Amino acid sequence: MRFTLSILTILLLFGVAQARTINICGACEVKSIDKGVEISISGDTLVLNAGIYPCSNLEITKPLTIIGEQGTVLDGENEGYVLKLLTDSISISGLKIINAGRSYTKDYAAIYTSRADHFVIENNEVDDPFFGILIEKSKHGIVRNNKVYGTTVREDGSGNGIHAWHCSDLEIYDNEVFQMRDGIYLEFVDESLIRNNYAHDNIRYGLHFMFSNHDKYLNNRFEQNGAGVAVMFSKFIEMRQNQFVNNWGPASYGLLLKEIYDAEVVDNEFTENTMAVFIDGTTRINYTGNSFKRNGWAIKVSGGCYTNKITRNDFIGNSFDVSYNSKMNDNTFDGNYWGDYTGYDLDRDGVGDVPYRPVKLFSYIVNRTPETIILLRSLFVDIMNFSEKVSPVFTPDNLVDQMPAMNAFK
Amino acid sequence: MIKILKYSFYDLMRSRWSFVYLAFYMALGFVLLFLNADVSKATITLMNIIVVLTPMIGTIFGIMYFYNSREFTELLLSQPIKRSTIFTGQYLGLSLSLSMSLIVGLGIPFLAYGILQSGAVGNFITLLLSGTFLTFIFVALSLIIALNNSNKIKGFGYAILMWLFFAVIYDGLFMISLVVFGDYPLDKFALGASLFNPIDLSRIMILLKLEISALLGYTGALFQKFFGTNTGFLVSVIIMMFWILIPFCLILRKARLKDF
Repeated sequence: MRFTLSILTILLLFGVAQARTINICGACEVKSIDKGVEISISGDTLVLNAGIYPCSNLEITKPLTIIGEQGTVLDGENEGYVLKLLTDSISISGLKIINAGRSYTKDYAAIYTSRADHFVIENNEVDDPFFGILIEKSKHGIVRNNKVYGTTVREDGSGNGIHAWHCSDLEIYDNEVFQMRDGIYLEFVDESLIRNNYAHDNIRYGLHFMFSNHDKYLNNRFEQNGAGVAVMFSKFIEMRQNQFVNNWGPASYGLLLKEIYDAEVVDNEFTENTMAVFIDGTTRINYTGNSFKRNGWAIKVSGGCYTNKITRNDFIGNSFDVSYNSKMNDNTFDGNYWGDYTGYDLDRDGVGDVPYRPVKLFSYIVNRTPETIILLRSLFVDIMNFSEKVSPVFTPDNLVDQMPAMNAFK
Repeated sequence: MIKILKYSFYDLMRSRWSFVYLAFYMALGFVLLFLNADVSKATITLMNIIVVLTPMIGTIFGIMYFYNSREFTELLLSQPIKRSTIFTGQYLGLSLSLSMSLIVGLGIPFLAYGILQSGAVGNFITLLLSGTFLTFIFVALSLIIALNNSNKIKGFGYAILMWLFFAVIYDGLFMISLVVFGDYPLDKFALGASLFNPIDLSRIMILLKLEISALLGYTGALFQKFFGTNTGFLVSVIIMMFWILIPFCLILRKARLKDF
């Protein structure tokens, strides 16, 4: 038994020692990537020299490292998948992938990963795929420094840039995704980290969570998407230091939260979004240290939101700071800076002496009858808001910031 | 007519009120820009002021001027000059001097802060244009009131009520009707109703120019479709013209029939 084991070990070591580098180019012995993958054994490295290689539905079932040199292009010839990573420890880098297939019935992807742990996908460029990088049932993978872009105009005829389904412990960072349906989409993805990505001009969401728990996303920038980030049906998500910029349009959001619990929204920057944060059925979310500048609505509360804490945020120059559609309120808004605050601070401790009511009567009316928005900035509306401020009748009377800050935090 | 226009114009210049008005706008412009050097942001703030103030000043100035210059008007009436000439001259003289105060008063500070180099030139011009339109409209309306009421107190009352109506009450009624009839499709109604109030019309025109349209949601989509295009802009300018022309015709008619 012991003897067999040592033989096996020696064989294995031998095998590893035998790991080769296979060069692939037009003038080399191995001319196509298919051939390269075929003749390789586990642990080999395939180096593709600059050039265009036809490649479609290529299944990789042994742990390989595939490196594309500058100018390496894989041409999917519009036939289904391009690369399929079907086993653990595959690493793909430096490839440009074009002409991946499109379908309305199959989720074709430029780089498809299934049941493959410890993969690394880095420094690739994917031009106009259906799905860019599609990851299924895989763990401990890294997706970094890729660029995925499309020419999407319609939601139903397009896929997502980076799409993960039933995964855990992924790290997705330094990627740029634009003009896809969703920039990054996570469904049933747990314990993952998404940082320093730049998602812009996607027609649906920059980043989209569904049924994903215990994830973090930090330092990302979301610009001009249909909605910056949508987090739905998820728990324990940490959102820090992201920038939500200019997600502007008749139905656009910076951050859309639906049915989520126990999340942290900290130190984010919301600038010029139609609705910076839209919350619907969220519970125990802490919003701390965010800045809301020049948005249409800073926080729009749709209903069923309990025990949310909004503290130490800056609200500056928003058309509506907070909007409610009912008189019920179970959330606290203490200790924020409100640009519209007109109170005074006699003892000069930095906390205003007069409580502030962030919900204006006009925002209540607009909620009930959206057409009235065309009276925005009318003198009548100012007068009406003033009288409601003096004696609240329609807006939640316990929705008060008891200690509004006199100066902006940032 | 030109001569009377000139008389009215110089009369206003001499009375210094035009200068006060001009100085007021200039101070306003400089203060705004001093507090917020971003020209395009200042343009937005300015909108609120223009939409409320120019009609008010037009109204009050208009009614005051016509009551004050009543003797001069009567003197002119005794001369062999057509009535329409007299009133057109006076009307244009007053409106032009007020508009000039507005344009010069705001133009100088914004030019000094480099409006021409910024992307907000179009918005600024729209702003000045609607301010000018509003001045012309409200001077005409107050002139009608002055011609119809020889009692000054009553005339003033009506004039202020008129301004209040367009600036505040109209929007109130508008909002109430939108809320009450909320179950019906109201987009077209809202669009129509905003055309019947020059203050609303210019406010919405500027709002849409300033890209606040996305806030307006699907109601905004209709408005954007109407006002956002060149045709829409042209239509709103034409409607503003009508807002000047109709009161002006009423002035001429009243002036022709009135027994002084």
